[in-house]
Amino acid sequence: MHKDNEKMKSEIIRRSGVNPSKCMRCGKCSGTCPAYDEMEYHPHQFVYMVESGDIEPLLSSESLYKCLSCFACVDRCPRGVEPAKLVEAVRLSVIRQQGANHLTANDIPEMLDPDLPQQAIVSAFRKYTK
Amino acid sequence: MKVSYFPGCTLKNKAVILDTYARKCAEVLGVTLEEIENWQCCGGVFTTSKDEVATKLSSVRALKYAQDRNQPLVSVCSACHNVIKQTNHAIQTDAEFSDKVNRYIAPESPYTGDTQVYHYLELLRDVVGFDKVKEKVVNPLGGRKIAPYYGCLLLRPNTVMQMDDPENPQIFEDLIRALGGEPVAYSMRNECCGGYVTMENPEFAKSKSKAVTDNATAFGAECIVTACPLCKYNLDKNGNSVPVVYFTELLAEALGVKEDETNA
Ligand code: SF4
Ligand code: SF4
Repeated sequence: MHKDNEKMKSEIIRRSGVNPSKCMRCGKCSGTCPAYDEMEYHPHQFVYMVESGDIEPLLSSESLYKCLSCFACVDRCPRGVEPAKLVEAVRLSVIRQQGANHLTANDIPEMLDPDLPQQAIVSAFRKYTK
Repeated sequence: MKVSYFPGCTLKNKAVILDTYARKCAEVLGVTLEEIENWQCCGGVFTTSKDEVATKLSSVRALKYAQDRNQPLVSVCSACHNVIKQTNHAIQTDAEFSDKVNRYIAPESPYTGDTQVYHYLELLRDVVGFDKVKEKVVNPLGGRKIAPYYGCLLLRPNTVMQMDDPENPQIFEDLIRALGGEPVAYSMRNECCGGYVTMENPEFAKSKSKAVTDNATAFGAECIVTACPLCKYNLDKNGNSVPVVYFTELLAEALGVKEDETNA
């Protein structure tokens, strides 16, 4: 594994607290994922791509912003791998960089609708913005 | 009994009836919700990463406030409850995180995760008791067919939330029965409504919540009940016209404290 990939992998593992080598590749996480159809890389792919240090493609993938944080993959994985925590850790690697926020305050006005609860806005900011 | 109460941002705005009926019904049941002074927004969703500290401080302050008063902390919104409970769990189980948090807020004595955290539904089940709730019912719901919608946040991650069996929960069903309604069994009750993705991609969220409402009505639901303002929004927006109500509205109706009575 290239040195940079090694570094990124250990950073993501440390931050997420996930041990991807526990995964037995059953695919149940992806099978239960409500965002499956929207994702380029699915939860089980996040797991093995992080494990093998193939993280670069994940960094530029829109899949990072499709996860609903529903924790279905966390609860339903038979090995306790917790894929959603890896998705989050990879997303943070991206949005913590200067100017890499996925959502900015300027984007908000055109998304507003009179019934939209405040909770939607704060949640989206928490997931997409640093 | 008095408890520390964390209302959250949306209960002060779009979901006022979630708040006002929660307070009124608690009084009927002998519980006073004492609003935490200067509470700050929970952030809506918990960030699972262990090196995220600042985003969890508002929850820690609320937890510490309750601990200082020797009270449990209660919230009504599923999201607030999820964030606060996950933060408390992180303090209990992650010494490094706990240490960092306590350095930030520098309390007189460190906060060590001792506060009991309840969702309002748990308060009804575990502290008040559904039998006591049932005794206080003056307008039973007349066998109305009500589909309980749990979504994600009340139940998951189960290792932390510990509210109920995450794949076969009963707490909402038991409440509906206590109020004289008939809970509708349907398979999508613990699947995601689409959540905050509705901001960026409303069509995607719509497809998720439509699957939920269509499933509920296929099994005869006259209404859907939820504890989450974002679930309510998504379920309301998807085109199926089944009414979506907060559980506090049904509770207030059954306990006879709902204003502008429509429950004749
Ligand atoms: S938490 Fe994200 S990745 Fe996991 S099942 Fe839910 S939407 Fe899919
Ligand atoms: S459910 Fe768990 S074990 Fe199965 S593929 Fe997903 S992460 Fe691996």
